[in-house]
Amino acid sequence: MTIGTQPALTEERIQQLRGDFPILAEQPVGVPLVYLDSGATSQQPRQVLEAEWAFRTRHNAAVHRGAHTLASLATDDYESARDRVARFVGARPTEISWAMNATDALNTVALSLAEANRAADVDPALALREGDEILVTEAEHHANLLPWQRLADETGARLRWVEVDDDGVWTADAALALITERTRVVAVAHVSNVTGLIAPLEPIVAAAHAVGALVVLDACQSVPHRRVDLGALGVDAAAFSGHKMLGPGGIGVLYLAERLGAALPPARVGGSMITTVTMTEREFLPAPQRFEAGTQPVSAIVGLAAAVDYLEGVGMAAIEAHEVALGERLAAGAVAIEGVRLVGPPPGVERAGLASVVVDGVHAHDVGQVLDAAGIAARVGHHCAQPLHRRLGVAATTRASTYLHTTEAEVDRFLDVLSTVRGYFGAGRA
Amino acid sequence: MSDPLAGLYQELILEHAKRREGEGALEPFDGERFLRNPTCGDEIRLRVRLDGDAIDALGWEGQGCSISQASASVLAELAPGLTIADVRSRIEALRELLRSRGAVEPDEAVLGDAVAFAGVARFPMRVKCAMLAWVALEEALTELGR
Repeated sequence: MTIGTQPALTEERIQQLRGDFPILAEQPVGVPLVYLDSGATSQQPRQVLEAEWAFRTRHNAAVHRGAHTLASLATDDYESARDRVARFVGARPTEISWAMNATDALNTVALSLAEANRAADVDPALALREGDEILVTEAEHHANLLPWQRLADETGARLRWVEVDDDGVWTADAALALITERTRVVAVAHVSNVTGLIAPLEPIVAAAHAVGALVVLDACQSVPHRRVDLGALGVDAAAFSGHKMLGPGGIGVLYLAERLGAALPPARVGGSMITTVTMTEREFLPAPQRFEAGTQPVSAIVGLAAAVDYLEGVGMAAIEAHEVALGERLAAGAVAIEGVRLVGPPPGVERAGLASVVVDGVHAHDVGQVLDAAGIAARVGHHCAQPLHRRLGVAATTRASTYLHTTEAEVDRFLDVLSTVRGYFGAGRA
Repeated sequence: MSDPLAGLYQELILEHAKRREGEGALEPFDGERFLRNPTCGDEIRLRVRLDGDAIDALGWEGQGCSISQASASVLAELAPGLTIADVRSRIEALRELLRSRGAVEPDEAVLGDAVAFAGVARFPMRVKCAMLAWVALEEALTELGR
């Protein structure tokens, strides 16, 4: 069975892939590890670790400077990584800048817009004035909320948001109703890290561009798990993190569509991003170097490119199909347990390969403790989305998130243990 | 099946988490402190009324995990009638116990039902939950200059 030219993720194939992840053999609590926290941070296959090791032991040197051969080898690795990451997301290499992580990348966009607005002759395409609007959703991760909150405070623009329903779901219609002539920026998560909702991007991008607004995409939960073509989507900026896509920590990606990358001033200035500097003046390189002040974490970048190679080798279509099936299994299994409330789209409606739940009468931290004792690593808390949780009427939820190495048996184990939680705490017994 | 959680969730803790001794807005009161554990969202608003050098009454409102709620209940049962100096030393004793990773033996004469939190010392991620109400009282007293 194949999807395209790549094999689908059969049980046999998954077991083979699991062999690439050394940590999956660890037993931190003395029983087999069931890792269901890839949405927070993913694990790294040997291939990624080996690529970093190879770079550090054979090619390590400062990139884009120095005339020695080692520097040239390091620069080749560095720019080859950019090419591969760009191709992976349907971008040109010049549209890919390195960041620390997605939070950093989103901050760069907002800070650069603030910088643009400080100029006397602000580019009209980037201008934010009193009466202008920045649109987000109530479900955003704090990383895609706080930079816009602050930008609104600084520029006098008004922050507006698409409200979610009792399940944490929002619709294209609700978003479109808020996109007006005043809208200058629309910042939205491609896939929600809490609800698993997949954003209806196509009409939003069309409506935003029709009024001249920029679309900024938080792609943290989409790029690692499904084929994403940023060029075809037509967004103006996007951000994602290496550590959520089998890569190392400390490296993220900022995508700036060519037109925006050319117009946006840098938020950070210093080495490696200039053409000419005098004691009073400075002239910047074009994108992507303009947004890469200082030395970048080159071995992590090499590791990220190896992660991209690994994902492409497995096949993004196969990964997506596998995880969407697991997401449905989680959702359907959760609603079948008495006293468990599922957040996000109901079973039968497409969701990403994750599910967050509320156990009636039991705090998420206690749920997480019971899961942990069974070897299950799941995330509990507000998942950096406090406004969403406030709207859902809970302080915290418990989230299981999958990846290409997650098996149906692991999802079933999570559901089994979840079904014992209320009994353990005597919830529902008074 | 052996229960690896039994050391953490002792019966006494589960019982206090349900009983919620001292829950409610205390009136009148001398000091008040609101504390939040940002990692998990546990929160408590604790009020204390003094009688000279002693704790007269405690009242608390909050939400959170069973450890944090039980801990507030245990404190509300233990503290009234004790001198401020005594309460402060017992708060310190619980802190020492919880940070010991199991090295310190709990003293029931000092900690009362809080000895049940000895198991929390082996779960470092939960120490803040168990200390929340106790730190709230400590800070409320400090704000009162006591």
